[in-house]
Amino acid sequence: METSVPYENDLNLKATELRLGLPGSDENEQQTRNNKRSLPDTPDDLDTKDKSDEAASVAKAQVVGWPPIRSYRKNSLQQKKNEGECAGIYVKVSMDGAPYLRKIDLKLYNGYPELLKALENMFKFTVGVYSEREGYKGSEYEPTYEDKDGDWMLVGDVPWEMFMSSCKRLRIMKGSEARGLTAN
Amino acid sequence: MNYFPDEVIEHVFDFVTSQKDRNAVSLVCKSWYKIERLSRQSVFIGNCYAISPERVIGRFPGLKSLTLKGKPHFADFNLLPYDWGGWVYPWVEALAKSRVGLEELRLKRMVVSDDCLELLSRSFVNFKSLVLVSCEGFTTDGLAAIAANCRYLRELDLQEIEVDDNRGQWISCFPDSCTSLVSLNFSCLKGEINLTALERLVARSPNLKSLRLNRAVPLDTLQKLLMRAPQLVDLGIGSFVYDPSSEAYIKLKATLVKCKSIRSLSGFLEVVPCCLSAIHPVCQNLTSLNLSYAPGIHGNELIKLIRFCRKLERLWILDSIGDRGLGVVAFTCKELQELRVFPSGVDNAAVTEEGLVAISAGCPKLHSLLYFCQQMTNAALITVAKNNSNFTRFRLCILDREKPDPVTMQPLDEGFGAIVQSCKRLRRLSLSGLLTDQVFLYIGMYAEQLEMLSIAFAGNSDKGMLYVLNGCKKLRKLEIRDSPFGNTALLTDVGKYETMRSLWMSSCEVTLGGCQTLAKKMPRLNVEIINEDDQMEFSLDDRQKVGKMYLYRTLVGPRKDAPDFVWTL
Repeated sequence: METSVPYENDLNLKATELRLGLPGSDENEQQTRNNKRSLPDTPDDLDTKDKSDEAASVAKAQVVGWPPIRSYRKNSLQQKKNEGECAGIYVKVSMDGAPYLRKIDLKLYNGYPELLKALENMFKFTVGVYSEREGYKGSEYEPTYEDKDGDWMLVGDVPWEMFMSSCKRLRIMKGSEARGLTAN
Repeated sequence: MNYFPDEVIEHVFDFVTSQKDRNAVSLVCKSWYKIERLSRQSVFIGNCYAISPERVIGRFPGLKSLTLKGKPHFADFNLLPYDWGGWVYPWVEALAKSRVGLEELRLKRMVVSDDCLELLSRSFVNFKSLVLVSCEGFTTDGLAAIAANCRYLRELDLQEIEVDDNRGQWISCFPDSCTSLVSLNFSCLKGEINLTALERLVARSPNLKSLRLNRAVPLDTLQKLLMRAPQLVDLGIGSFVYDPSSEAYIKLKATLVKCKSIRSLSGFLEVVPCCLSAIHPVCQNLTSLNLSYAPGIHGNELIKLIRFCRKLERLWILDSIGDRGLGVVAFTCKELQELRVFPSGVDNAAVTEEGLVAISAGCPKLHSLLYFCQQMTNAALITVAKNNSNFTRFRLCILDREKPDPVTMQPLDEGFGAIVQSCKRLRRLSLSGLLTDQVFLYIGMYAEQLEMLSIAFAGNSDKGMLYVLNGCKKLRKLEIRDSPFGNTALLTDVGKYETMRSLWMSSCEVTLGGCQTLAKKMPRLNVEIINEDDQMEFSLDDRQKVGKMYLYRTLVGPRKDAPDFVWTL
């Protein structure tokens, strides 16, 4: 066994002594304070403590390697968050008879009503009233979309999230062709 | 045993399989040493820099399976600069030069280049199994080489790896004659994959038991793959997004019912929650479920799923499950042995001490825990310790650093103390929250079987570290960050480090002088100082604090591949 370098005079044997006492029975084990710790002392301190807590937590915010999770896991959850927050789902929108197509970001809308309203504004038309049985009644325009299978579907049948993930492009159909979609 | 011929002793040794036991056997006498080393097939090297490949090959010429670990654990959390080391090429090169008939290579935290994979694929005729965990440095070109050249490949398993420059054609490189696959895991690859080639590969692999797909594999392909491989035991689903009324989905539901062998399920890298009813029939037989990469599955849909999983032994989940969800786990999963709860990054979804207490009360067989939580109390930990003294692995991470018990505002010393006192078979422990030297006193006193300890932002003085070094006789790996332990703690018992694999200390109080003293006294340790940002600039000021120190025992002296920013004292 090597002898310890005398950085301290006190070998501090008591600390390493084995005893039969219950844990915590040595009340003399005083915790030495250092500036890394912030133990609350008395209620009077709480006010000032709150303020320094705030400053501390701002400073605490970013530390390399915390929380300790692998970068692979961090990055893949981050990517999903980004997909959820920042990346838009842009799809082309065509309208029968219109000279050029438009593009919209599906992420901007919370549901079908908002989407339909936006389409109405964009192309200056009105869409009818939606019902599961008869599709859109009251207008010669019907909003449709192409899904991942390549099939043309009526907008509004599936839950919004499902629509968002399967919609490849939108087409506002006009006239008899449109009515054909809902006739069964 | 001197009057038995060698062949008989060798036959007896066939039944001695664990490395620990074989190491013990080899120490009995020269004759046993020789017989053991010539018959050893499987070698585990916990630190690739502790020994050289030439010496391993020299001692074990019959080597068939090699497991290597490279970087220290904290490298996983970006605490180690890129290019620190852990290159596996020299090992593969040495093995290729010798006449070792390598069949299996398992690597963790190592740097693997495409050249290395190419060399590996061409050098060993009987190569069967490649497992890479948390590795880096290669592209799908390297995988293409493995696919193309390893004629009897059984296992290709990639876990938690960031592979850039992804093209899906590597899967087409498996020749038509390759029919031996048992396990294929490419779930971590980010790019597209050639779906037709994948389908044909699965179709010609009758022994395939484990298949983990990446996000680029859509639902209809999944259905086709499952039709070809109803014998699968372990399934990792890539994309699970579809319209529930579509034909593809209805087909999948029917196919899944036929897959009666699936015991392990993971993935759901892309998911629409309302599609999950197809999975319910599979749940009742599951022993292992990993939803930790599926933030899309949460709330009631998740709880519905869990209620079917009565036989679960292993569960990896995100904290979006909440305390309520953990209560359902506690009620349902009575066979649970291992639980890991990862942070999802969504603040109000986090779990607290309540979830942990429920689990400890409901799951008597639980022995392995990794728990990221918002807060923890001493009372909860004491209750957990009372409920369950079986823990072998107990890793608790309170996300808010140095957070005390929110009820009493006390440090968590008593709580962790109760854990180590109760769990006599504890081998691995990770601490967090507000902690003083007291917790280390308890650990030194009670954690007799402890092999690995992770410390972050804890303790008050050198006493803390000394309690651990003095008390934990079986300690092998100690990793410490941002804690006030200095030279006294480091230097009091330098002989201890030769009984351990490694010690990591970063942002502590040790100085350059202290490290130099240690290195001088212990020539069989490599004491590495890792300089980032030219911190130290080799200034030779003894009193300067060391940013990162990593020391490990070694039989081969300072490594020759250390980059400029690593200074071996």
